[in-house]
Amino acid sequence: MPTALLIEQVLNGLQLGLTLFVMASGLTLVFGVMGLINLAHGSLYMVGALVTAYVAGSTGNYWAGLLAGIGAAATLGALVELSVLRRLYGRGHLDQVLATFALILIFSEGARMIFGAAPLFLNLPEALSGSIALPGGARYPVGRLAIIAVGIVVAIGLSILIARTRLGMRIRAGESDREMVAALGVDIATLYTVVFALGAALAGLAGSLVGTIQSVEVGMGEPVLILAFVVIVIGGIGSIRGAFVGALLVGLVDTIGRISLPELFGLVMEPAAATRVGSGLASMLIYLVMAAILAVRPRGLFPADA
Amino acid sequence: MRETVVGLAALAALLLAALAAAGAGEVYYINLASKVAIIAMAGVGLNLALGFGGMVSFGHAAFFGLGGYAAGVAAFHAFDGTLFLGLLPGTDAMPIIWLAAVLVAVLFALPIGAISLRTSGVYFIMITLAFAQMIYFFAISWPSYGGEDGLPIYIRNSFPGLDAGDALTFFGLAFAALLASLALTDRLTRSRFGAALSMAHLNEVRLATSGVEPFPIRLTAFVISAAITAWAGALFADLYGFVGPSMLSWQRSGELIVIVILGGVGRPLGPVLGAALFVLLETFLGGLTQHWQLVLGLILLGVVLFARGGLMGLLGGKMAHD
Repeated sequence: MPTALLIEQVLNGLQLGLTLFVMASGLTLVFGVMGLINLAHGSLYMVGALVTAYVAGSTGNYWAGLLAGIGAAATLGALVELSVLRRLYGRGHLDQVLATFALILIFSEGARMIFGAAPLFLNLPEALSGSIALPGGARYPVGRLAIIAVGIVVAIGLSILIARTRLGMRIRAGESDREMVAALGVDIATLYTVVFALGAALAGLAGSLVGTIQSVEVGMGEPVLILAFVVIVIGGIGSIRGAFVGALLVGLVDTIGRISLPELFGLVMEPAAATRVGSGLASMLIYLVMAAILAVRPRGLFPADA
Repeated sequence: MRETVVGLAALAALLLAALAAAGAGEVYYINLASKVAIIAMAGVGLNLALGFGGMVSFGHAAFFGLGGYAAGVAAFHAFDGTLFLGLLPGTDAMPIIWLAAVLVAVLFALPIGAISLRTSGVYFIMITLAFAQMIYFFAISWPSYGGEDGLPIYIRNSFPGLDAGDALTFFGLAFAALLASLALTDRLTRSRFGAALSMAHLNEVRLATSGVEPFPIRLTAFVISAAITAWAGALFADLYGFVGPSMLSWQRSGELIVIVILGGVGRPLGPVLGAALFVLLETFLGGLTQHWQLVLGLILLGVVLFARGGLMGLLGGKMAHD
């Protein structure tokens, strides 16, 4: 593989990985603090992307759209937490899976009723729509580099938030012993709503970012949701650090696999068949990685409560 | 006791509905009854793992779809006169296809279960989902059996001595298969194995202390559960004359969980009620509004929040040991 292509693919892998991290960090935070498995996280991502595309389309300003998208996802997240999810904290995972599966159906149909079934398109602001030269001669879009930058900023911001702030201290305390935190006078119900809204805002942010490189439509959330689950399961559910490592692993393995497996099969098969079989196996690759990791380490790479 | 009465009444109602539809010559409604029977059977399979064994599998669509592909691939080779993997001839005889579906499911469920059961809780949910996604993407990328487009079954497979192409006869086969799977799970759950299985769910340490290793018990239940669901999948493919990756999708796994929970988790006859309700909602709400999934979502949410025993809990009362 030529160097330029390799660099481009590694950057694509980083971009996918960091997007997944923004998505997965919210998911793993909610699981770590509240013990809630939230399938509707992908719907919040979809809402973020849809609202961003709608507002950016009608005002012509991407930044206004971005703020609206994040705000809409956070507000919706807080509302859902207050109305439905807080009744599920004490329940088993089965009830949580079912209730949040129901929320997916509600949000998807609701979004289809409001925004229609046709995909929306989201254009990048002028400043980010160019491309820059890579060593080796290829060019790489600035928009994707911006997504990588945002992912890194979110990762640093979250680690500071968790490790150094009062809110982060409460989140960590809530993870390890919620009764004790409540007994010490922390309003645990409000803390949960804040954590959930934070996770929802991150999902909305991920949606707004990805909306600039793919079409925005109902049903875009679920494929990403499944990948985000793969990420947090690999990393160890509840661990932000695990989510970061898992996300980069999944992003790179998936991207590199998609480009190199068809080539690899091309050595022994005719090109058309090699492309189909290779890309099919590439889609399976991250699940194979996940199964292999869980077979050896059943609680992920960085078990949160170990 | 009341639960059994409600469940048997639901089975009788399904049989009567199919007979009434046949009397009125409404093939569409006979097929709808067959669909209820088949989906219920898939639910019976999942209920064994999920309800009795406490193993929340989010990947049972894999077994449903594998069963479907067993039927599709067997029919494809029978039609074509070619050999499967260059070894096995195709067939259009349902009993052999069913056996193949069960064998394929066992072959897949053994390693999947053995790896997945090392984990528990959310990890188990997610790793079963991951295995199902692997098989889903494999089916999409395997071009010889239709890949993304799926595989049509041009002529419904046959059952010796019967005309399976007739809608009511096919319903009879599906209904008999449903009864057989119900009888099998009933035998299992009442046996020593069933007691060990529910103990593995309720208190694993206690089971181990009394000298029974939980892992083989769970794995056996998982494999049987997969086999029943695969049998249902083979029937499903024959009902619609088509098998495709959608049978393997994660939404299908979610629907199977929904059916089990709508009916009532761990209630032997619950999946029959759950499947009937699900298919009725899908058909009649779907006819009223294209946004029927919104209503389905609201109903599900209501069931989870306010009716924890599912439909069987509402109609049949609390579980015996509650």
